[in-house]
Amino acid sequence: MNGRPLLDIRHLTVEFGGLRALDGVDIQVHEGEIVSVIGPNGAGKTTLFNAITASVEASGEILFEGETLLGLDANQVTSRGVARTFQNVRLFANMTVIENVMVSQHCRTKQGTFGALFYTKAFRQEEAEIRSRAEKILGFFGARLVGFRLDQPAAMLSYANRRRLEIARAMATQPKLLLLDEPVAGMNPVESAELTGLIGRLREEWGFTIVVIEHDMEVVREVSDRVIVLDHGVMIADGDYEEVSSDPRVIEAYLGHGATTK
Amino acid sequence: MASASMWVPRTKVDWFLTVLRVLALTVVTVGLLAFIAQQIDVDNPFARAVNPDATGLTGPQFRGLVISGFAQGAMYGLIALGYSMVYGVLGFINFAHGEVFMVGAMTGMITSNKLDDAGLWEANFIGSLLFIVAVSMLVCTLTAVIMERVAYRPLRKAPRLIPLITSIGISFFIQNTSVVLLGPTSKAYPDMPDWLTAKRTFLEIEGTKIMVICVAAVAMLGLWLLVERTKTGKAMRAVAEDQEIAGLMGVDVNRTIVKVFAVGGAMAGVAGILWGVLFRSVIHYTGFLPGIKAFSSAVVGGIGSLGGSMAGGLFIGLAESTGPLLILEPLGVSGVSQLRDAVAFAMLIGVLLLKPSGLFGERLSAEDRA
Amino acid sequence: MTATVLSPVLRRIPGTWRRVLRLGALGAVGQAFISLSGMPVRLDVREIIVPILSLGYVAVLAVPLVLGILLGRRPEHEEFLENPPSRLDLLLGGTVGGLMGGGGLSILALLLANFDLRDPLINWSPQLLEFLSFGRGTAFGFAIWLVIGGGLGLAGGTLRLASSRTQRVIMTMVLTVVGAAILESLVVDLVEGVSLEALVEWMYAPRGGLTLVGTGVLAVVSGLLSFVGQGRIKNIQEKIQAMEGPRQTRVNLMLIAAVGMVLVIMPLLVGKLTNELLANIGLFVLLALGLNIVVGLAGILDLGYVAFFAVGSYSTAVLTAATSPRIAPEFPWFVALIIVIFIAILVGLFIGAPVIRMRGDYLAIVTLGFGEIIRLLFLSDWLSGWFGGSQGITAIDGVDVFGLLTVDGTNPRRVFYLVLFFCAIAIYISWRLERSRLGRAWMAVREDEPVAEAMGINTVNVKLMAFVVGAVLGSFGGAIFVAKVGSVFPTSFLILVSIIILVVVIFGGMGNIFGVIAGAVVLIGVLGGPKQPGLLVEFSEFKLLIYGALLVWMMLARPEGLIPSARRSRELHQEEFLQDAWLRGQIDTDDNCPDEGSGSPAGGV
Repeated sequence: MNGRPLLDIRHLTVEFGGLRALDGVDIQVHEGEIVSVIGPNGAGKTTLFNAITASVEASGEILFEGETLLGLDANQVTSRGVARTFQNVRLFANMTVIENVMVSQHCRTKQGTFGALFYTKAFRQEEAEIRSRAEKILGFFGARLVGFRLDQPAAMLSYANRRRLEIARAMATQPKLLLLDEPVAGMNPVESAELTGLIGRLREEWGFTIVVIEHDMEVVREVSDRVIVLDHGVMIADGDYEEVSSDPRVIEAYLGHGATTK
Repeated sequence: MASASMWVPRTKVDWFLTVLRVLALTVVTVGLLAFIAQQIDVDNPFARAVNPDATGLTGPQFRGLVISGFAQGAMYGLIALGYSMVYGVLGFINFAHGEVFMVGAMTGMITSNKLDDAGLWEANFIGSLLFIVAVSMLVCTLTAVIMERVAYRPLRKAPRLIPLITSIGISFFIQNTSVVLLGPTSKAYPDMPDWLTAKRTFLEIEGTKIMVICVAAVAMLGLWLLVERTKTGKAMRAVAEDQEIAGLMGVDVNRTIVKVFAVGGAMAGVAGILWGVLFRSVIHYTGFLPGIKAFSSAVVGGIGSLGGSMAGGLFIGLAESTGPLLILEPLGVSGVSQLRDAVAFAMLIGVLLLKPSGLFGERLSAEDRA
Repeated sequence: MTATVLSPVLRRIPGTWRRVLRLGALGAVGQAFISLSGMPVRLDVREIIVPILSLGYVAVLAVPLVLGILLGRRPEHEEFLENPPSRLDLLLGGTVGGLMGGGGLSILALLLANFDLRDPLINWSPQLLEFLSFGRGTAFGFAIWLVIGGGLGLAGGTLRLASSRTQRVIMTMVLTVVGAAILESLVVDLVEGVSLEALVEWMYAPRGGLTLVGTGVLAVVSGLLSFVGQGRIKNIQEKIQAMEGPRQTRVNLMLIAAVGMVLVIMPLLVGKLTNELLANIGLFVLLALGLNIVVGLAGILDLGYVAFFAVGSYSTAVLTAATSPRIAPEFPWFVALIIVIFIAILVGLFIGAPVIRMRGDYLAIVTLGFGEIIRLLFLSDWLSGWFGGSQGITAIDGVDVFGLLTVDGTNPRRVFYLVLFFCAIAIYISWRLERSRLGRAWMAVREDEPVAEAMGINTVNVKLMAFVVGAVLGSFGGAIFVAKVGSVFPTSFLILVSIIILVVVIFGGMGNIFGVIAGAVVLIGVLGGPKQPGLLVEFSEFKLLIYGALLVWMMLARPEGLIPSARRSRELHQEEFLQDAWLRGQIDTDDNCPDEGSGSPAGGV
């Protein structure tokens, strides 16, 4: 890959009261890539996402399309084109499935009070667009989230469907970069395999660049162009799956000291 | 949104807030400077330019203001402890706590008048005072505990705003209970003995104010010993840190929370008597403004911290008694004493604008900080 | 405390009886409280059924009856109990509970006769003793309340054990009679308006209250109707629900049109007092709709809502009144209103911006502070040159409608129409905004603010918008208030006003337009506003007490309000909701075989 990376993270450091959750991490993600971030628990993977999406204060530099994301509010980061899902599914549980996806188009739409009050043509048009776009996005997941489900509250969905809806909601913000935090966690092998396929299609059909945090090595091997390994807030490896999985430092990080010597 | 980025405006709202902050600081600084200028010489050009009618303060006036501020501040501090402890443990504002204080002042009024009728008030003032403090503490403790049991315990798991709304209802209810049971007129305490109200030669301070400060200090010390040195205190701190884990560690969470309310109520009871001693008159809405000011004190001192509450109380008390004359009067605002309460509110808003976690930092459990 | 002391004793008593004793004791204390609050004596003047029942007695008789009803309830999960209470047990429980409740009054009568506590307790009076003993001596009073209490407890218990059909019939009868008594002035006024006084002459006594004949007829007719009409209303409701989209909308539109017609025609038929009442209700509907946008839709607990009401009032007063102290442009009301809207927007932004990022509970207190600051500023000598200080601004002209007519306090009917017009605007605004991009964003912010932020919603702006819309509606209220009253004083803008509007919103149902309107109609209509009397004028001394109690009770028992918005009740009862959905088979559990996505939910009803 050459040219300017889509996401360029330089020397990113996040501190929580003296504890360094991320310590000088450098990551580049190019347009059209699918990059996996792996590492043991507490390695700082979710903190990395939080730092990119301005949920925590960070120092260093995060450039997205050449412009810094640091110092922006979370909603500004999203409107720049970065969307995320949450590890512990955080849907708007009492809003319906379609409302969840409609509300996430907020930063791509602009009708305000005036349009709503006077029910202008522009307003009606935009509402219709929002709705059809939401339906299209939900349709991406097959028949599961459409039909009568559209108007059910999100809390009524099954666990796997809630995870899918999270992804749909992130897609609705029309991002360039999609950050998926453990998208298959808690899914059974069948579901997980299906979603793995979907991640690939997200890039092919929707053109997203994707960074995914994942524990399931099957999924990681399947989807990723490149794998980044974090341990204790430090990046210890960066390469394709084969390289990384045979890297002694990675094995050590996962299995502890002495594992490589055996 | 941490404090560092607060001063760097990014959005329109940020800009507006920064302007507001700068404006607030400017008003305070100019006011203070004008005051100092006036004190040096009433006729100096700067002071005249800001307010041509300024007269400045005499030494005794100023001392009087400061002492009143301290006395009221000590009282606010005692009330603030109740807000602070409940917030620290349960994470919601017990808006009705101000009413507990009012119940204390009412109880003191009733008991002291009964004692006065029996002739005991004059015969043995100190004894009577101790008696009414004890009765008031008891009644307030009961009020606070019943309140917890009836209204707050069933809502322990509800969204945070639900118990807050409930407490507003309770506050309304207690206030109007006082109206329907005791009548809507203001009621007086019996006269304080002369030796107490006389201005002492030493600094010419009224005895009542010294007494108020002393009583508050003793109550505070007692509370501090309870929280820091006893098993109960340890349990309270544990529950404040994490209810669930404290429960797993064998702390009886319900009982501890009841104790927190009881202790907060007792402190409000003491404060109620202090109100009676200072102002000698009580009415059903007596609890409202001191309650809000005490809450402001708790926030200013960093909610959840006991020492902070007391310090915050003194700060608010001083600000309210000296602020109007120190800052507003030199700026040419007329009728400043009417704005005392507005100053107390402005103080709360100002502190939350400048330093949302209070001057001394908050002490909350992890989930409440979010 | 007593509970803690007694708990070892209580624990030896079987569960059902513990409950009886606890509720009974609570009832006794409640009875004593109600009596000492002065309610019975003060309300005795209002007759419900002449000559046997006054509102004062209703206040004390209700307690044992309610105790009986509560205690007659079969325990939940009865089938799991070792020895579930028999019917006799439940009846006995009800009787004992009622007995204890009545006993509270018996003991109070004894105490009243033998001690004098008039000094702190202003209602510790011979009149109360007279009331409690029916004027026949203490011993009679002591005995009669035990009998009445036990009897009503038994009656309540029996009612609870009766079939649901009987229950409904009896409840309808009671509610009709009480309702007819409360609505008396309204009904009389209305029939006088259409010159059909003869219709109600037999029903109401000349000096107020239902006659015995009237009571009997009402009870029989309503009982029969409810007996025959059982389920009919429900059927119609279900039928409407079952209609497909456009037809349902048409039915709804027809209903709305019908209600609108009634609202337009009714003021023409009723007198001044009723119109005054209607105008007051309308004013609070308007204010409550405004607060509902802030609290109900965006989830921001604004306790200083009165600030916007005050700003609306004062700016209208300054802009329209010739008597305004500093500047008196004497604009016509409608011109002033446009400026007032801008002022309200500015004030909304000014108050909103500093508080909008605060934690919800801090925000509540700080807005309360702002509400109070604004009042204190209007009151202060400092700004009295502008706003008249405690003297306020008086002699303000009403609304001049295109030179055709003037709307002011002397003609409450016109005021009502003005209020109605603005209520319609407020309803339209709430309804449109809720179903717009902004409304969805409010929902998201209410549910999970950090996530809403992460999904690209500028939460600060969105919340500010709610504040501003609320401020504008509040200022409408203020502008109308000024035109209606003709003067403004700082005392009209106490924090109490904010709290009452909040109670109205919560009682009716946060986030639901119909709920909020119903809340205002019931509360302001029956109890009255902060200064405005309602239908139960006698309650004016006690209404604040009742508002407080109501707020607590709503939060404990029904936080979603009288007519909840579906979404709000889901939020507040998510677990129950999901359990119900699971029982109905609507929960989506089957992940591996994606269903076809159309048709009804799997196994759905």
